[in-house]
Amino acid sequence: MYKYDAIDRQLILDRVEQFRDQVRRWQAGELTDDEFRPLRLQNGLYIQRHAPMFRIAVPYGMMNSAQLRKLAHVARQYDRGYGHFTTRHNLQLNWPKLTDVPDILAELAEVDLHAIQTSGNCLRNITTDQFAGVAADEVIDPRPLAEILRQWTTFHPEFAFLPRKFKIAISGSQEDRAVTWFHDIGLHLKVVDGVTGFTVIVGGGLGRTPIRGQVVRDFLPWQHILTYCEAILRVYNRFGRRDNAYKARIKILVQALGVEEFGQLVEAEWAHAKDGPATITQAEYDRVAAHFGAPAYATIAAVNTAFEEKKAAEKAFARWVDRNTHAHKVPGYAAVTLSLKPHGVAPGDITSEQMEVVADLADRYSFGELRISHEQNVILADVRLADLHAVWQQAKAAGLATPNIGLLTSMICCPGGDFCDLANAKSIPIATAIQQRFDDLDYLFDIGDIDLNISGCMNACGHHHVGHIGVLGVDKNNDEFYQVTLGGRQGYEARLGKVIGPSFSAGEMPDVVEKIIQVYLENRHPDERFLDTLDRIGVDPFKNRVYEGRAHGKAKQKETA
Amino acid sequence: MAQLIQQNNVTVDAWTTLEIGEGETPDSVALPAGKVIFPLAVWQARKAEIIPGREHIGLLLLPDDKVEDVAADLAHFAVVAVHFPKFVDGRGYSTAALLRQRYHYQRELRAVGDVLHDQLFFMQRVGFDSYALKDGKDAIHAIGKGFAPFSETYQASTDQPAPHFRRRTA
Repeated sequence: MYKYDAIDRQLILDRVEQFRDQVRRWQAGELTDDEFRPLRLQNGLYIQRHAPMFRIAVPYGMMNSAQLRKLAHVARQYDRGYGHFTTRHNLQLNWPKLTDVPDILAELAEVDLHAIQTSGNCLRNITTDQFAGVAADEVIDPRPLAEILRQWTTFHPEFAFLPRKFKIAISGSQEDRAVTWFHDIGLHLKVVDGVTGFTVIVGGGLGRTPIRGQVVRDFLPWQHILTYCEAILRVYNRFGRRDNAYKARIKILVQALGVEEFGQLVEAEWAHAKDGPATITQAEYDRVAAHFGAPAYATIAAVNTAFEEKKAAEKAFARWVDRNTHAHKVPGYAAVTLSLKPHGVAPGDITSEQMEVVADLADRYSFGELRISHEQNVILADVRLADLHAVWQQAKAAGLATPNIGLLTSMICCPGGDFCDLANAKSIPIATAIQQRFDDLDYLFDIGDIDLNISGCMNACGHHHVGHIGVLGVDKNNDEFYQVTLGGRQGYEARLGKVIGPSFSAGEMPDVVEKIIQVYLENRHPDERFLDTLDRIGVDPFKNRVYEGRAHGKAKQKETA
Repeated sequence: MAQLIQQNNVTVDAWTTLEIGEGETPDSVALPAGKVIFPLAVWQARKAEIIPGREHIGLLLLPDDKVEDVAADLAHFAVVAVHFPKFVDGRGYSTAALLRQRYHYQRELRAVGDVLHDQLFFMQRVGFDSYALKDGKDAIHAIGKGFAPFSETYQASTDQPAPHFRRRTA
């Protein structure tokens, strides 16, 4: 992974001192709360329901074992011994003291970690594919360009006070694992006629106005990505709405102008910067790319007999291999997903002890590195097949081997009303109740691939719009209710789910999910996944079952008619 | 009164900014003598009256004002003031970058309005060289710490047209 040089490191140390002085001035009354707020937000610090919430960046999801050990230490020393991985490559602490944050930042800086621009109306963390560099379906490794983009976003002088937050995701594989259609800018790396470049997507986003992004430029050679992003950002910074925070994202501007007119503004702006000094040089690409060279893989057979025998002998191991390992481009290796979705624990939560176990596993079995996925799990990207059994046993002992990746209980879930000030409703208890209902592994495996995503409010941190089943917490007369959508999906065919009807109480939710699953099981053809059946039979059979016996609902009326 | 910072010093502001009072319009407002910063609307309406006999003319740009509309007139101005109604309104950074980088405006570029310590670094980078720091703020501390919180910069901007990767020696 990328190793910081003296400059990269100095900037982070400078940031610590800058923030220490900002906190001091705020405490001394030299900065008002309103003046301090954007400054602390750009250092990842929210004031939340119970305490500040502090968000640490894991740029494009890559981390080494020393960094994870430091996070374990910070969580133990300054918090309650656990952290929460978010859907955008960040680790959140839920209970730090505000006045400790400068010291926390100083500790993090020792291992090149920081909280720069992890919140606020600025350029946020760049996110990508958790299997970057190892995925069998990869076309181009997106990480060198993600790092170049990280540097460009860091303290960008013109775009530090945008109308609203701005998120960029980059993907370089055949399957999109970075939700690029739902980012402010989504970048797909591809090769056309021997030239590497991007398809540039703009104006996507979830949140209260979910919109699938649109292609603003079909192909942009890679050297131009900074100047082109600069042009997009300048158009947005000048013309994006600032009168209403709910209409301030770039997606609203793109919708208002239409992608064609927006694209013309961008191209006109870009014409001035194209081929200018910010054009990326081959030397810079090569310098950064050298950090992401392949680790020292052993030349080993693609098939490991001992591994195959253990799989045949131990059903539990075979299940874990089936769900929690991913094809690797190097023979004899696999990528392992350590599940942070054990039943009964808040999705994405990880204790300091678990972080230390993961760091040890990374050191012993995966070249000392790990990744964070937007599904809130941890990945060991380079594990030998021969080591998988040992990794499984140690992960299992630490509660990190629930074999549920891609299954119903491996849900994406935001912190929700238990922690977050924005939330309309709790999300974690819903996740837990559903996990308890579907605790039988045979049943879960039989149900198969399904994405269940839960957000506690329309800001959609739990990505409910793109869940096959999406659950959204809503407020009805000060009571918590849950709206259900069906048919959303991520990937290149990404689309938004559709609301099935009136919302449900928390207590009803496990039944609702169970009924949806029953309709699928009763109707599926062999080899059909949930989504296939849903696409074939449509949403009505699901609606009818869920609203059966309820007085209201169009589906019910249709059924009785 | 704001505290005007120029070249790391607090200086006396020789300029006054023309305000359009209630009941007045850009067409009707009286044009005072001396070093005056005129709002864009006044400049556009009264250019022919303003230019003769004035040695020093200033221009005020609000966030909604488009630099493009005044690009051809820039040679007339000894100061262009860019207004930040709130410090979190970042449109003025693009205004300044365009003035300096695209239209090659060379003379004083002043940040006015809600100008605070922690934005000075960004302002300097995009091309401001004059800062009307908000009243009541510690100008000495701002001069000491506000302009150079970081020892290096990654991106190209007005103050450093070459991005860091083009300045690497190794």
